[in-house]
Amino acid sequence: MGESDSLQGKIVKAWSVQPVLVPLYAILLSFIVGGVLIAIIGVNPFEAYWALVRGMVGSPDRVAASIARSVPFVGSALALALAFRAGLFNIGAEGQLLVGGILAAWVGTFSFLADAPGLVAIPTVLIAGAFGGLVWGGVPGVLRARTGAHEVISTIMLNSVALFIVRWIVNSRDPVILRDTAASVPRTEQIADGAVLPQLVDSEPNLHFGLFVMIAVAVVLAFVIARTTFGFEVITVGTNPNAARYAGINVNRIIVSSMALSGAFAGVAAASEVSGTNQFFQPGTFAFIGFDGIAIALLARANPVAILPAALLWGSLLAGAPLMQQEADVSIDVVRIIQAMVLLFVAADAIVRYLFRVRDQGGRHIDATNAGWV
Amino acid sequence: MTVDERVPVLEVRGVTKTFPGVIANEDVDLVLHHGEIHCLLGENGAGKSTLVNTVFGLYQPDAGSIHVRGEQVRFGGVSDAIDAGIGMVHQHFQLIPVFTVAENVILGNEVTSGPFLDLNAARERITELGTRYGLKVDPDAKVGDLSVGEQQRVELVKALFREADILILDEPTAVLTPGEVDDFFSVVRSLVDQGKSIVFITHKLREVLTVADRITVLRGGRVAGTADPSSATQQSLANLMVGRDVVFQVEKGESAPAEVRIAIDGMSVEDDRGVLTVNELSLKVRAGEIFGVAGVEGNGQRELVEAVAGMRPKVGGHVELLGRNATKLSPREITELGVAHIPEDRGKHGVVGAYSIADNVVLNRYHHRPFSRRFIRDRQAIASEAETLVERFDVRTPGVDVPIQNLSGGNQQKVIVARELSGQPGAILVAQPTRGLDIGSIEFIHNQIIALRDEGAAVLLVSAELDEILSLSDRIGVLYRGRLVGVFDTAETSREQLGYLMATGAASDAEASVV
Repeated sequence: MGESDSLQGKIVKAWSVQPVLVPLYAILLSFIVGGVLIAIIGVNPFEAYWALVRGMVGSPDRVAASIARSVPFVGSALALALAFRAGLFNIGAEGQLLVGGILAAWVGTFSFLADAPGLVAIPTVLIAGAFGGLVWGGVPGVLRARTGAHEVISTIMLNSVALFIVRWIVNSRDPVILRDTAASVPRTEQIADGAVLPQLVDSEPNLHFGLFVMIAVAVVLAFVIARTTFGFEVITVGTNPNAARYAGINVNRIIVSSMALSGAFAGVAAASEVSGTNQFFQPGTFAFIGFDGIAIALLARANPVAILPAALLWGSLLAGAPLMQQEADVSIDVVRIIQAMVLLFVAADAIVRYLFRVRDQGGRHIDATNAGWV
Repeated sequence: MTVDERVPVLEVRGVTKTFPGVIANEDVDLVLHHGEIHCLLGENGAGKSTLVNTVFGLYQPDAGSIHVRGEQVRFGGVSDAIDAGIGMVHQHFQLIPVFTVAENVILGNEVTSGPFLDLNAARERITELGTRYGLKVDPDAKVGDLSVGEQQRVELVKALFREADILILDEPTAVLTPGEVDDFFSVVRSLVDQGKSIVFITHKLREVLTVADRITVLRGGRVAGTADPSSATQQSLANLMVGRDVVFQVEKGESAPAEVRIAIDGMSVEDDRGVLTVNELSLKVRAGEIFGVAGVEGNGQRELVEAVAGMRPKVGGHVELLGRNATKLSPREITELGVAHIPEDRGKHGVVGAYSIADNVVLNRYHHRPFSRRFIRDRQAIASEAETLVERFDVRTPGVDVPIQNLSGGNQQKVIVARELSGQPGAILVAQPTRGLDIGSIEFIHNQIIALRDEGAAVLLVSAELDEILSLSDRIGVLYRGRLVGVFDTAETSREQLGYLMATGAASDAEASVV
């Protein structure tokens, strides 16, 4: 059958076996390997992990900080998830975040927003961010639909284009484009007070209303995929584009719109960070958020609701790592290694299945997702 | 090498090979003598490819035995067959376009000196083989730059390089131009003159009579007969190939054709490679009639149907469906006109295998009420429609939320038929509707098509099964190289006449064609 031929098709097929158990075991296994690593350095892994856990959830403030770190990952993971359902690999969340973020920060400084109420100003900024991401995600979609240019290549390239454009926009002193010349570091000007998302907890980083925005986006996307005609079209294109064409679905339109919408999710996430966390735009804030989104989405098997806990795990680990470094003298990089390992084990899940004796319904071992990468 | 020429170099005895639901070969015998060209003739699906793939070690026979030079062999895989001196040239070449001829030839059988490839030795042998058998190829040319005919020579050289003396050629002429075919025949002649033995698969009668020393005709997985080219005629071979026994009989009343519903005027269509495959074809189908398109597969059937259905662009001509200009309409617009389409390839176009039966039932009308309201899908309405149709079209399934890929081919096809025919279409495009199905499903689907004809639908039927065409159609057109080479009333033609026309593209002496 045509549908199992694509890389995505193979991955989804492997996912249909034990969708929850394998990621959980993958996480466990990564921590075991990480523990061995820590032990080799000469630190008691239990002490290190205990510090890590306290760093993640040791106090109400730390819980809030963990959640706050996780919020943008939801958007960047959703950016992969929707495109993935349409059979596309959107590696461009990194660039879509930057474009969405800078557009949100620029619109946030418009003078008409200065006196506007939050109910107007905040949606304006979020929509600006979504629009930026939409354009930056839509372009590779159009290229794919019109010329067949592979979206993996074009999104990676557009990541660089976005990074250097926003750096120039923010850094340039002559001419000054969006740089706040009064600030000591290169960043944009503060957005209007009315455009700042309501704050929830004054933790480090602070938890703001963007949390609910991203949860809402995830839930809406889950509904769109499961229940709407558009969702049906997207999944049909992703599963069997030939049958989709035969059934009268405009495959190119779905490719463009799912890429554009994916970009918009990243753009909203960036706008919510600009508006809720810093109130200005600084390119470095978004480094790796897009790439981590890929890992989170794959861990969550491109399920929008499952992305919420997966992103929470990701953000919490990053938020907790400094305490581990401080108390157990284990580098933050160990957390990065554990995260990379999680992705590795999720991708190469034959290892996990073998170690934990996970079998599919028929009692057979199923080949790993990595078989699809050949 | 001393060869006892009385012992067959290859002998297949009573080979049976079944796949789930299909008997591909049943009790097949084949004897290939030294220095002989043995033609294996048969329609598509007659079991030719299965047979040679079994000989080449790709399949294990379920019953029967294979003997090479008098000794029984059991091939565990292709490499065993190659070791036994069997070489095969597949219909689709197994070459790597970015490699040179020499690199392709040694692939899998690398000549090395130390850790390095010894391409010089390979080049010499390729040149030597080329002179000896008239297979001129430049060892340093990139395969991707070669013509199809040259690539085929590379395949032959590859087999000879591995010292094959039994060569299996799977429809070697299907991809060649007429000029290349003549060259190819002289190569084949020089191969047998120098002691090679050849199994030559084809469905073209003219070629068989030109090159064969012996002929075995397969039909429905069985040997329909063997023939000697000196006494056989194209007509007698066509009869053997298409058979005389009617497999199924369909109850069907007189047709009452009314207004033209499908009008194709001078339509030209290209295939995926950009080759003109349908060539200025014109035909008309009226309401209340079934127009059957007969033809050996690969003569433009797929492109014809896909182009009319809006799935493939037309490079010329004009299509009118139900009185509307449909030349440039999309598949959806054509569906909405009231044209149903049962596609040729079930798995590729007809269904989404991972989807439930219910979702497949609404695959092309999921966006209409009651299946969705304001862009929200109504799963209840979809399920209840599916339940109704599963009942009406006798789909055997435990439930409508079962993934359709868990059903048998026959039941999958019934779901497609249910989807396409339940909407009271005014015109129906039907391609290979019963391929690979059991008799029960075939009968059921045939009756559905006839019932719609009787209600006034225009049906364009394309099938590789001549029996199907004959039992369903009111009029029959024969498609040959993208053109209709004859159109007949079913009552006024015969299986023999059609079979001959399908294979040769020209009417036999007695009958004149009425286009």
